Amino acid sequence: MKTVQLSRLLRPIALLTLVVFVGIFPVVIAPNDTFNTIAVFTLIGAIAVVGWNIFSGYSGYISLGHSVFYGIGAYTFGLASVDWHIPGGWEPFLLLPLAGLVAGIVALPLGWISLRTRRHTFIVISIAWVFIFQLLAYNMRGFTGGSNGVFMPLTPWIAPYVDLPFYYVAFAVLIVAVFVSWWIRHSKYGLGLLAIRDDEDRALGLGVKAGPFKLSAYVISAVFVGMAGAIYVYYIGSVYPEIGFNPVVDLTMAIMGFLGGMGTVAGPLVGALLVTPFQQWLDLQFGGQGVNLMIYGALFLMILLLLPRGIVPSLQERWRTWRVGHQTKLADRIRATNQEKPAVMAERRGEG
Amino acid sequence: MSLLEVQAVSKAFGGIQALSSCTIAVEQGAISGLIGPNGSGKTTLFNVITGYEKVDVGTVLFHGRSITNSTPDRVFSLGIGRTFQLTRIFPRLTVLENMHIAARRERIKELFSRWSSTHEQRQALELLEFVNLLSHKETPAGNLSYGQKKLLEFALILVAKPQVILLDEPAGGVNPTMINELANHIRTLNQQQGITFLVVEHNMEFVMGLCHTVNVMHRGAKIAEGPPDHVRANPEVLEAYLGA
Repeated sequence: MKTVQLSRLLRPIALLTLVVFVGIFPVVIAPNDTFNTIAVFTLIGAIAVVGWNIFSGYSGYISLGHSVFYGIGAYTFGLASVDWHIPGGWEPFLLLPLAGLVAGIVALPLGWISLRTRRHTFIVISIAWVFIFQLLAYNMRGFTGGSNGVFMPLTPWIAPYVDLPFYYVAFAVLIVAVFVSWWIRHSKYGLGLLAIRDDEDRALGLGVKAGPFKLSAYVISAVFVGMAGAIYVYYIGSVYPEIGFNPVVDLTMAIMGFLGGMGTVAGPLVGALLVTPFQQWLDLQFGGQGVNLMIYGALFLMILLLLPRGIVPSLQERWRTWRVGHQTKLADRIRATNQEKPAVMAERRGEG
Repeated sequence: MSLLEVQAVSKAFGGIQALSSCTIAVEQGAISGLIGPNGSGKTTLFNVITGYEKVDVGTVLFHGRSITNSTPDRVFSLGIGRTFQLTRIFPRLTVLENMHIAARRERIKELFSRWSSTHEQRQALELLEFVNLLSHKETPAGNLSYGQKKLLEFALILVAKPQVILLDEPAGGVNPTMINELANHIRTLNQQQGITFLVVEHNMEFVMGLCHTVNVMHRGAKIAEGPPDHVRANPEVLEAYLGA
């Protein structure tokens, strides 16, 4: 009984510790520019992959085109803040919901078209969207600024506090994203998505309306990826086509998702935490000649080969087998001592 | 009026006529068998009824109303559940989660409520006990044995309280003890809850022992219908099976 109560308490305590740790990280634990920059990128990556997982992880449709929504969020944010002459500072952050909303609206027709296909065909079509939108961004010069891109408002913050606003805003958005993801995972809607992942036609035959389920998950995930894109470009200062509609962003989300564990709430967070710092380091070391991208692709293949289910599901599985084994062992020991007792008593009597 | 009626349905796949003007009626409260040689169109008939295939010609009636070419989710929500010849459960979800997929989720509010309400949980556990899978409720369904998967597939349809259940080879590849168990489950559900069954099966002992009426299909059409004993003695049926 006691262990049950303890394990029930364990989760909220661990969660609280984690939130407090992330909350004080940039101020107390690592008040250092480099660390803080990596931390901001990690949080942004986490928002994106948590959003991506709501669709790709739960429904099993691997989208390698969600950077479209990253870019839409980024451009919406940039264009709106420039056109409406919003000064740099905290105010532009108020545009985040708008960036998410526009990404979600764009996701509707894209999802409606591409979700007519499944599996590999879907993946290929999802990749096509990225290049279509990148080309559009290059060529609609009057609107997007072409290859010059859009410059974000300059922030008034000075060192050593430059990163902190981005850090905390990203953290807040991440909490919302994780909450939505957790809620979906534990709802009937989420169970329907997981059923679609396992066997779509069977799910349909059990009353799961696969079409609306997939499309709505696609839209919800686009909203969060869009917001991640908006924070990202505000942080780096400008957006241009290769940054907004960037296939590397898609690859990154997929690597994070697969490494951490698709279809779980915690997996994408673990993935983002491991991948982003590594990616930053790679960019610094090998960024110049594009070697980082080669290492990146190799890493993706290795994860698929060695850890196809991801870290979190593997650990969960191990924990489950350990617990079952532990319980049987415990039961065996109890049985053994019960059998032992009469013998011991007899021995004692003999001695007495 | 029969509960479920298939009227002159035809369906071709390219040059192969899977169903040719097939007519079958299932009476309310009956356990009907559907037998026939391989390739005689039994599974195609199931697919046509449950919305997995569209008919070329003909109508499917449920309670006298047309459900021809409805989508699978609509057919299911009307009260027609089915199992598949190759068992289809959700392998990466636990047995208990599998039992919740068929739960009703019509209104938006229901969609975003917890995946398992107390009521649904109790119902799921009762059904799992009914098919002897209660001790496996936390197991990923993919880890179950073949026979257990069949039982799970059977149980998970019951969650939605269907009026008709179409079983596609429920006894195929299942050991004799479990076959008897399954037959008992079907009888219990039929007698106590009045659920109508239409069963495709190659195991003749199973069909003859269980079904009230048996329909025989050959080359996409029904060639005989009646109580098991009659059908067994029908020369046309013998010819279809022995290929004289």
